[in-house]
Amino acid sequence: MATAVKSQTAAISTAKPTRNKLKRFWNNKTLLIMCIPAILFFIVFAYLPMPGLYLAFINYNYSDGIFKSDFVGLKNFQFLVQTGDLWRLTFNTVAYNIAFILLGNILQIVVAIFLNELRVKWFKKVSQTLMFLPHFISAVLIGLIAYNVLSYDYGLLNSILESLGYDPLKTYSNPVLWPFIIILTFLWQSTGYGSIVYFAAIMGLDNEIVEAAEIDGANAFQRIRYIILPWLKPTFIILLLFSLGGILKGNFGLFFNLVGANNTALYASTDIIETYVFRSLMTNFNFSMGSAVSLYQSVFGFIVVITANWLVRKTSPENSLF
Amino acid sequence: MDETNTHSGSIRTDASGIAVRWIGTIFISIFSICCLLPFLLVLGTSFTSENAIKKFGFNFWPREFSTFAYEIVFENPQLIIGSYVVTILITLVGTALGLFIVAMTGYALQRPDFEYRNKISFFIYFTTLFSGGLVPFYLLITQYLSLKDNYLAVLLPGLLSPFLIIMMKSFVRSIPHAITESAKIDGAGDFTIFIRLILPMTTPALATIGLFIALGYWNEWYNSMLFLSADMKYRPLQLFLYNVITSADYVRNSAASSNVALRDVPLESMKMATAIVATGPVILFYPFVQRYFIKGITVGAVKG
Repeated sequence: MATAVKSQTAAISTAKPTRNKLKRFWNNKTLLIMCIPAILFFIVFAYLPMPGLYLAFINYNYSDGIFKSDFVGLKNFQFLVQTGDLWRLTFNTVAYNIAFILLGNILQIVVAIFLNELRVKWFKKVSQTLMFLPHFISAVLIGLIAYNVLSYDYGLLNSILESLGYDPLKTYSNPVLWPFIIILTFLWQSTGYGSIVYFAAIMGLDNEIVEAAEIDGANAFQRIRYIILPWLKPTFIILLLFSLGGILKGNFGLFFNLVGANNTALYASTDIIETYVFRSLMTNFNFSMGSAVSLYQSVFGFIVVITANWLVRKTSPENSLF
Repeated sequence: MDETNTHSGSIRTDASGIAVRWIGTIFISIFSICCLLPFLLVLGTSFTSENAIKKFGFNFWPREFSTFAYEIVFENPQLIIGSYVVTILITLVGTALGLFIVAMTGYALQRPDFEYRNKISFFIYFTTLFSGGLVPFYLLITQYLSLKDNYLAVLLPGLLSPFLIIMMKSFVRSIPHAITESAKIDGAGDFTIFIRLILPMTTPALATIGLFIALGYWNEWYNSMLFLSADMKYRPLQLFLYNVITSADYVRNSAASSNVALRDVPLESMKMATAIVATGPVILFYPFVQRYFIKGITVGAVKG
């Protein structure tokens, strides 16, 4: 009761805003405390490293540490541009992501539509389980599987090629083959799981619309072409725009376990931003160059997300992120 | 996934319907088999004698059946058992702790009467937009937190992610706020409401999120590789597997205490056998929990 009277008098007095703020803070204190572990987590593991990007502007050497190393301004970026590294990394990262996003979504839609057409229940269940399986294994195992297929001496691919009378392929030193290998592996791993979203969307389609179309004489192809595909279009666009936000983020696990970070012969077609940064940290110990690439990635990635979100807000405001 | 509700040929089955069904069955069959075959390749090779591998290469069906690789792996099981114990402990502790924090945060941030929910949500979400990158993160863990060669360097960064908190928020959204309100009128505190009311009502959500966290820990190799050095005897399972795959020396060393001459160590089949031992149990377990992952991606992906 006493607090109620107090707050009433506070409402009249001039100190109202601060009092209210304090009171609101007090009312929310438990919920705030409940958020503290998560806030601490993100401060330590996400926000604390951010100022470390200052490394991009110095010539870091281990003995001097961050604050005594020479400040070099934009020299590191200049170097990255002049050597052509930055262009290669950007091109590879973005081109792979575009291929992943477009081919991935198309294949996911195809799988979802076909799954929906299946009648035999056990077959549907078993095939779904098998198609999800690659999503649940670690990137390390994916690397081993690729080695099983591609190894020059023992790989399955070369056994097949030889039995057909062709020369064996030196896959691990041939940069031309890798875009296909990497994209195929990505599709192999992600299609089944990714198709769930589209399959769920088809489930949300009103059955009456389908039945009405059938009464009007639509055949199965027309049903897919004129009802299901247009129905999936918004989901497709939203997923597309969401993934656009991550267009500069590479799938390190996939590239690293398939190719490694130090296979010089394959840089032209397999070196992405993440593998470059990893290499500059663990192999070359060039912390500044690695940070420069990371900073570039974060800043441009940020701009892309803002643009993508602006596009989402224009097409479907309820799905925009902020 | 609602199995009873499909949109195909519900009234009549004409030629086009049959055609689509056949094409679909063939396509899905081929794709499913393609998803399974690589696992059979690893399995087949793990049971092939090293001689047959050298002569005929890796194959689905062992030309010369041999359990030699498994015998060596299990003759000196200390390393792999140690790896299992490390991974299981990290997964259990990390999942329990991470799940609790994710659930608590997700609930608080979904409360409409929580004053700071938008600010905190953005504070968390912003970390997906901008990051310091690998180098500062590495320096933070190794130099400022001194967690090199410490299992905490694997455990802590995997606890939560913005994605999981958003997923929890989506799950909590389906619980009417009136439940919280009436409990408040009865005098219950926010934390008590969360523990006594919300947690029991969100068990399917907790199972889903818990499995996402657990799968992350089980398959974790990246932080292990960065922060756990070669001096560590017992490594998480995936790092152990990575070392076996990439380093012939490591395989020879781990086989050293068995009575096999170094040149007779079946390098190739041992890689495969280790992969089977490290991954097999999870693959057998996963069909039973698959539906939770399906739930997670439909909730999480549709409402960002």
